[in-house]
Formats: sequence, C-alpha cells, structure tokens
Amino acid sequence: MLIKCPHCGARPVEEYTFLGDARPQRPTSNDPSTMEQWFDYVYLRDNPKGRFDEYVQHSGGCRAWLVVSRNTATHEIHGTVTARDWTKSRQGAKA
Amino acid sequence: MTSFRLEKGGLIDRAASLSFSFDGKGFTGHPGDTLASALIANGVHLMGRSFKYHRPRGVISAGSSEPNALVELREGARQEANTRATMIELYEGLVAKSQNRWPSLAFDVGAINSLAASMFVAGFYYKTFMWPKSFWEKIYEPLIRRAAGLGSAAKEADPDKYEKAYAHGDLLVIGSGPAGLMAALTAARLGARVILADEGTRLGGSLLFENEEIDGKSGLDWANSAIAELASMPNVTLMPRTTVFGWYDGNIFGAVERVNDHVLAPSPYEPRQRYWRVIAKRAVLAVGAEERPIVFGGNDVPGVMLASAMRAYANRYAAAAGKAAVVFTNNDSGYRTARDMRTHGVRVEVIVDSRADSRVEAGGVPVIRGRKIVDVKGGKGVAGIELDDHMHIGCDTVAMSGGWSPIVNLACHRGARPKWDATIAGFVPPDTGESFVAAGSAAGRMLLSECLADGAAKGGGKPSDAPKCRDETYAIKALWWVKESKTKAFVDYQNDVSVKDLPLAAREGYSDIELVKRYTTTGMATDQGKLGNVNAIAILAEATGKTIEQVGTTTFRPYYTPVAFGAFAGPFVGRHFQPTRKTPLSDWAEEQGAVFVETGLWMRSSWFPRADEDWLASATREVLATRSGVGICDVSTLGKIDVQGKDAGAFLDKLYCNTFSTLPVGKARYGLMLREDGIVFDDGTTSRLADDHFLMTTTTANAARVMSHMEFCHQALWPDLDVQYVSVTEQWGQMAVAGPRSRATLQKIVDGVTLNDETVPYMAAKELTILGGIPARLFRISFSGEHAYELAVPADYANMAARALMQAGEEFGIVPYGVEALSIMRIEKGHVAGGELNGTTTAADLGLGKMMSTKKDYIGRMMAMREGLTDANRQCVVGIRPFHRSDRLRSGSHFLKRGDAPSIANDQGYITSVAFSPMLGQWVGLALLANGRARIGEMVKIFDGLRGIHQYGVICEPMHFDRENARLHA
Ligand SMILES: [Zn+2]
Repeated sequence: MLIKCPHCGARPVEEYTFLGDARPQRPTSNDPSTMEQWFDYVYLRDNPKGRFDEYVQHSGGCRAWLVVSRNTATHEIHGTVTARDWTKSRQGAKA
Repeated sequence: MTSFRLEKGGLIDRAASLSFSFDGKGFTGHPGDTLASALIANGVHLMGRSFKYHRPRGVISAGSSEPNALVELREGARQEANTRATMIELYEGLVAKSQNRWPSLAFDVGAINSLAASMFVAGFYYKTFMWPKSFWEKIYEPLIRRAAGLGSAAKEADPDKYEKAYAHGDLLVIGSGPAGLMAALTAARLGARVILADEGTRLGGSLLFENEEIDGKSGLDWANSAIAELASMPNVTLMPRTTVFGWYDGNIFGAVERVNDHVLAPSPYEPRQRYWRVIAKRAVLAVGAEERPIVFGGNDVPGVMLASAMRAYANRYAAAAGKAAVVFTNNDSGYRTARDMRTHGVRVEVIVDSRADSRVEAGGVPVIRGRKIVDVKGGKGVAGIELDDHMHIGCDTVAMSGGWSPIVNLACHRGARPKWDATIAGFVPPDTGESFVAAGSAAGRMLLSECLADGAAKGGGKPSDAPKCRDETYAIKALWWVKESKTKAFVDYQNDVSVKDLPLAAREGYSDIELVKRYTTTGMATDQGKLGNVNAIAILAEATGKTIEQVGTTTFRPYYTPVAFGAFAGPFVGRHFQPTRKTPLSDWAEEQGAVFVETGLWMRSSWFPRADEDWLASATREVLATRSGVGICDVSTLGKIDVQGKDAGAFLDKLYCNTFSTLPVGKARYGLMLREDGIVFDDGTTSRLADDHFLMTTTTANAARVMSHMEFCHQALWPDLDVQYVSVTEQWGQMAVAGPRSRATLQKIVDGVTLNDETVPYMAAKELTILGGIPARLFRISFSGEHAYELAVPADYANMAARALMQAGEEFGIVPYGVEALSIMRIEKGHVAGGELNGTTTAADLGLGKMMSTKKDYIGRMMAMREGLTDANRQCVVGIRPFHRSDRLRSGSHFLKRGDAPSIANDQGYITSVAFSPMLGQWVGLALLANGRARIGEMVKIFDGLRGIHQYGVICEPMHFDRENARLHA
C-alpha cells in the first residue's frame, strides 16, 4: 500500500505510523463541567465502514503528522493533508 | 531399467547429462529436465506416499499444483521439505528423498492405515479431539506424528542469503503463455514500462508444451520471437522463475524469485531467493487454467496423471509416461494428449470419452463414447483399467481430463468471490476493476485465438492486433466423479480426502463449504486444493441438493504457493535483524572492561567487573566506591530533545504536568509527563539554556515515543505555537559524575570556572568548555543521591572526556559504574523508574501528586481528576524491606495481609524494583501497595507463587538511604 505524503510523495505504508480517528477535537476548557466532553475526546470512537479520517505520522520519512482519509472497507486512500492544515482549518471553521 | 526417454524432441539438452539421486539411487537426466520429468524418463512413477493412508503416489501434474510428488530436496543445512518434483529444475548432483514412508518407499508400514481406513474418515481429527484428553496425548498424537507428517526440515541454520527488492511499472503481466506474451508485447510496443513474471524456468507458458500454430510458425517459435523482442526493449523487465503469490491493497503484488534454487549451492555473492514487492499501475492476470482430475476409483495409482501433464512430459521433456496409454476425458482437450502421444510413438489404447455425443478428431485413436473408467488396476503402477460396462483394458498409464479451472486465486485475494461459468464448467475471476484484469484462459477463454486477442486487448491494444493462429475445438460436459466406482476415489490427493468423505460431512451437519474444508481437510494441504477443489464443490453440491454456484468456493488467500520463511526474513537475520546502537562512550566503556546489556536497541554498560567478580559483587563495589569517592557512568542513552522558539516554554507547559515557563535560565527542573488519560507517561530533567532554548531529557525507553508525542501535540493540537525541536540524543555523549569527590574531579578538566555552590549550585545547567576549549554542558543533578553532575560533550569528544575524568579522579579512587549500580543507588534513594512508571500509575501513585499544576492546561490534566485515578485505595509507591534481614526480595512478588491466603481478591500489591543495598547491607525494594502511604510500618506477607516464596516484609518509606538528602548538598 502506498500513501502519498504531501511532503515526500507516494511512500510505502511501512514508513507510516497510525494513531487513530482524527475527528475528535480536544476540548479547550478545564472546567469540571466539561468532563463529558473530555471522556468523549479520550475514549469515544466511531468504527465506520467507509471513509475514515485518521492521524498518521510519516515517522520513517519527514515525520509530519498527517490526516489520511481512507476507506476502511476497500483501503482506498481518498486524500492526505498535514495535521497542521487539518487542525488550522477546523479551528478556522469554528472561529 | 527401461528408458522412457523419447528419441526426438523436447526442450532438453541431450548433449549434456546430469547425474542425480533419488532415495539414494543414482539416475541421469538432461539440462531442461525437472526432477519429475527425469524420474519419468527413467521409468520411476512412484515418488511418494500419501499423508494419511500412505498409499503409493506418483506425479499428477507438470507444474506448481502438484499434490503428490513432494520430496525432501538437498541435504544438511540446505534440506528443504515438501518441494514439488515438478518444479525442481534438474542440476548436477541433485539429491532428493521421498516423504511419508517408513522404512522404504516400496514397503511402507503405515500403509496399514489403508486397512484401517474407516478410522480415518472425514472428521477423523475432530472426532479424535473429542475423545479423552489423556488418550490423545499419550496414544494418538505420538502415533499420528510418527506415521504421518510431511517431510522434515533442516536442523541447522540456513546458510544462504535472501534479498528483498521493489519493482515499479505501468503494467505487470503475470504469466507468459499466449495471453500474457501478447499483453506484454502490446503494452511494451505502446511504450509502457512492463514487468512480465512467470513461475516457470522458461517464459512461454503452455506454448512450451502444446502443439500450436501462430502467425504461420509453431507456437514455440512464435513465443521465442516474442520473448526475444521483449528482451530487447529497455522498458521491459522479464522475470522468469518468479511466482507472484499475492495481490494486496494499492495494486501491490508480492512475488518470490527463485534466483538460485536450480544450482547445488548459490554463489557467495548471490541470494537463493529474492522477495519482490511489485507496485503496478495496472496488472494482467494471465496465469492460465488448471486441468482438473476426474474422481474415479484408483485415480491415485502412480501412472495416472492429468492429460495435459502427460503431453507436457512428452512434448517439452521428451519423457513418455508409459508404453501404452488410455485417455479418460469429459472434454475436447483430452484428445490432444492422445494425438500427441501417438505422434511420439506411444501406443494409445483408447480414448474413453464420458460424453456420448462428442465428435472430436482423434487422430486415429479408437474412441469409446459415453463410458467411464470405474477402476484402475495396479498398486505401485498402472496395470489396466475397468470401464463401467466391466470391459477391461490393459495399459501402463492413464491420462485424465476433467476440464479446466481458470486460476482465479490472485484476483480473489482481496475478498471478491469468483463467478461460476456453466459453459466452461469452471469458476472465472470476479470483476476487480480496471487496475487488475484477467486475460486468456485465466478469464475462461478456451481457444488460442481468444487468448491472443484478449491479451492484446488487455495489454492496451485492439483484439485485432493479435496474430492469426490455428484453434483446437473446445467443449465440455461436466463429469465430476464416477458414481459407479467401488474402490477409493480421491478428491484431494495430498490430504487423502476421498469421494465418500464429502457427503458424510454433509450428513453430519457440515454442509457449508468452509466447514467441509476444515472437517474433511479437503483443500488444506500445501497445494491448497488447486486440483481438487472444484470437484469437491460439485460433489458437495449434489450431496446437499444445491447448485455449484450456491455452494461457492472457499476463501482464496495468499500465498498462491508456499513461500520460504527465508524469503520473508530477507537479509534481516542474526545481527542484521535490528540495528545495534552504541553510545558515544562505548569505546571508553570497553576499555574499562564493561559488560554490556541490550536495552531496546542500545548496548549499555551494565557493570565493570574486576578479576572474577560476578555482577552483584561488581555493582556493590561500584556503589561503595561512588558513595565514598567518585564514580562515572554513561547516561548517553537518555533521550535528549533540543527545544527552541518563542513559545518553547509554553509548549513544555502543555507537555508536562508541572511548569517550565517559569524556570530561570541556567537551571534544570525535574518534569513529569502524563498521557491524555491521566496516567504517567515519562519523566526527566529539562534545562533552560536561554529564554527561548530548552534541553529536555526523556527516559531511554521512551525517547522515540516522546518525540513523536511532541510532534503530534504541536502539529495536531497547537499548530500556532512558535516552537521547533529536534532529537539530539546521538549528538551528545553524557556521563554522570557522582560522589563526594565529583566536584574535585570535574574541577580538573573544566576551563576557567571554579566549581562551587555559587557558580554551579544544585540544579544548575551551565554551558562551559573543558580540556582547553571543548564545548560542554554541566548539569548539577543527581539520580544517585550523591553530590553529582552530568557532563555532556559533543559525541566525538565523549571518550576523550571520560578518559580525562578517569585520570582526574584517579587520586580519589574513581570507578566506572554501570546501569546495575545506577539502579541500586536509585532504589536506595527511592527514585521511581521504569518499574514504577509502568503505564498504570498516576503522579499521585508515585508520590508526585504535588507536581500537577492547577494553573494551566496540560496533557492529562482532566482525566487525571477522574474518581478512579484519585481513589485513596489505589496502589501507590512504598518501600519494602524483608522482615528477616538476610532474606532476599524478588521483583514481581505480591503482598498479602498477614493472615490472608494467596488469591486475586486478597492481593494488596506487588514489588516493582529490588536491589541489594551495599549501604544498608540488605535487600531493599520499591513496591506498589494499596493505600500504601497509610501503611508505613505494617508487616505484610510476601508471596511469589512462581518461585515458591512465602516470607514477611515491612512496609517503609520509599527512600531507604540518606533520608535527609544530606549527601546531595554536601
Ligand atoms: Zn513525508
């Protein structure tokens, strides 16, 4: 399986390290009333069949954290963005 | 011995002769032979015995699907079990032995199993497992292992080398028969980068043994000129002897190239095999079709073989399967064998065609239509056949053709199921999209003209690009098994599954094909049922009243044929399995006589024995010398991360539970890092070298994980922080210099600084130079509890600095100390390390709860507040000493209340670290104990079920030695 790194191009899957679901967003408050949000962020994960965005590090390459969009049923890779751009665009969308 | 070598023809080099041995007997063959063809040419058909009944077996096929002719190839360290005689290229000096026979191939004691055949019916193993366990262990297993079992592996290490390689291309063509050659030629002529792989020794596929006519010449001549053209093109890579064994995500194919399996021993500069990963934009499956046996009585007698195999042995290898043949067929292709054998001068007694209405050109051979063979007479060889009308015909070999199964395996490796095609009575590949398509007979096209046209189309051209050729007719009327047979008729040869086993399995409730496979073991041998599976499916369909489509196939998985472990391992064996990391101080440590210990990839100096000291004596002496004078220890393996930028302090505040943005320049601070779930992740000291410049240290074990965690936190959580960081673990050699004389020792090598509590106070981090200008960093930090420093120098200066320190400390009795002494001293001081930071403990459990800031957000803050993580009854770190001073403590021992019996419910905690304390003269330890801090002074039972230890201990403060920390500030 080849994954296209925005910096390094198409590289074999062995160069990458998978972390997991990239959709949960880290809460920003430390107020005890936000505990439910924190539980969801740390523990609650979907297990979708189909398109799935996950954090992947190009650990054997440029070391950038990426968000790889993969079809869990076919392993087709739909696209790759850097985690930096992913987070910034989501922060921008919220603001 | 009669020769069965034909006078003329074949792709063998008759001018040269090769000698080889089979079961200790000498034979000769020719270059171009396989072991199987050479044995047939020598009149040897009996090549092995079957797995379960030990029935005599001969070769069935001429290719990789062979279930019977499995041999132990080579001797000594290169001995390889279960190799297929049909795939072994003959070479001078080849040695092979048959399998599953004792004491000899001709006389086999295990054949008695045949007489006890009722014991071995379907589900034998399942049923046996149901019997009393003691019976199985004592009687059945030893018996079965001795009598059955395939060949034996070499007992020595494999002396040969293996390689791994990648190949990239526009088009991968798998198989080099008519369709494959045509696809490769078409694509290559259009300029595509083409890789053509074939499991055979020579490219050409069926054209190497079939009589065909293409483009006005023989099929072989056409193939040779196509291969020559491909070989001349720079955009084409030809890969004979290469089996593509699997299809994976992203259109990646796994393949193994047998570089040197055809020689006695590989040259020292070449691998035996090469493991390929082929990444192809498109691929064409042109692997052809597999001829099926027919299931009839005695269809396993040596001398009964596939019709295509019989003509392959004659046409390609000039080896006649016998002197008088009978052909049994349900389709037109069997007639080719009759005609070809007759052309070679072999008498063909008759063609038995199960179809009553067939009209195929028989080339003068008599044809009996609408009849079937019910039995083959003979034991170790064919003596004749009996038809269903009781007619007996004498012969010494039988060719059978039950039709053709497209080799769909690779196309199904990613989960798609093949489709049933009633016209050809076979499964055809599923539609797997544009990037992987089947062509030719692999796609169910049974005429040569169709194969060539399909190859041209799948190669990117037009069907009309294909050359003209002569077609044979093809039609089939399915005949799966001969119901009139009374004698044993085999469906799966290698696992001895007979036709009666399948309906029996269905009657006993195992009617799903996947269950039948496992219950009867059909299709489970090393050949994975390449020949017999479709027959099995058809028989099961009738037994269960379903159609073949409804029964379906079992799951096709890699590997298409067995792949040697050596090919997977490649060069990564022994010392090349993983890299060895040596510290910058390893030369110095070796000079000092260090014993090294593997810690992850690192080689760390563990102790420095003198004379005949054991590890404990050495480590004890090292501790005493350090605590009374000065010692030096290599701590270079600790992870070192250089952090810079305007937001460096803010970033560290996010990573650690305590605060670093307030750390003054020139100071170091101990830091504790949590995981987001609130559990402790890592610890270490971090120093501030400038406002925007920190140097972090991590534990040895977590260095890489912490780096990756930082990258994640920065890039995915707080991308706006202006901070940069890089691992400098390998750029610096670092040594602890500890003990009351450490300052005096260091003073002699530092440049222009008087070391005192003003210039280098406790927890100072100072950049300076040593030995007349070598840049260095000096940290006044202590893991040992002594007045101590850590000195870091650029890696290349590390050995030099350590040697200079040894010289400087000579007058104080300086010693090198290793990780054993380091560990003893930290346990004496109650410092937590890996045993306590074990992925289950919180900061509070470790007695470090006060470090957790309440003024900022950091990783793990919220989850650490959870009820379960703040419970007073949690196990927390305490000290433990044996009640009897002379008792030894063992890590992993559990605690019980004094009166309690050992049980999970009564468990109170366990010992995490132990050491013999030279300062206290007894064993001491650290432990995790429920509600431990409230139980200081309590006597507990220490229980170790593994070692049979029952003793008593007393809970104490974690810090066993110098509780006032007087030595630290001395
Ligand atoms: Zn990259």
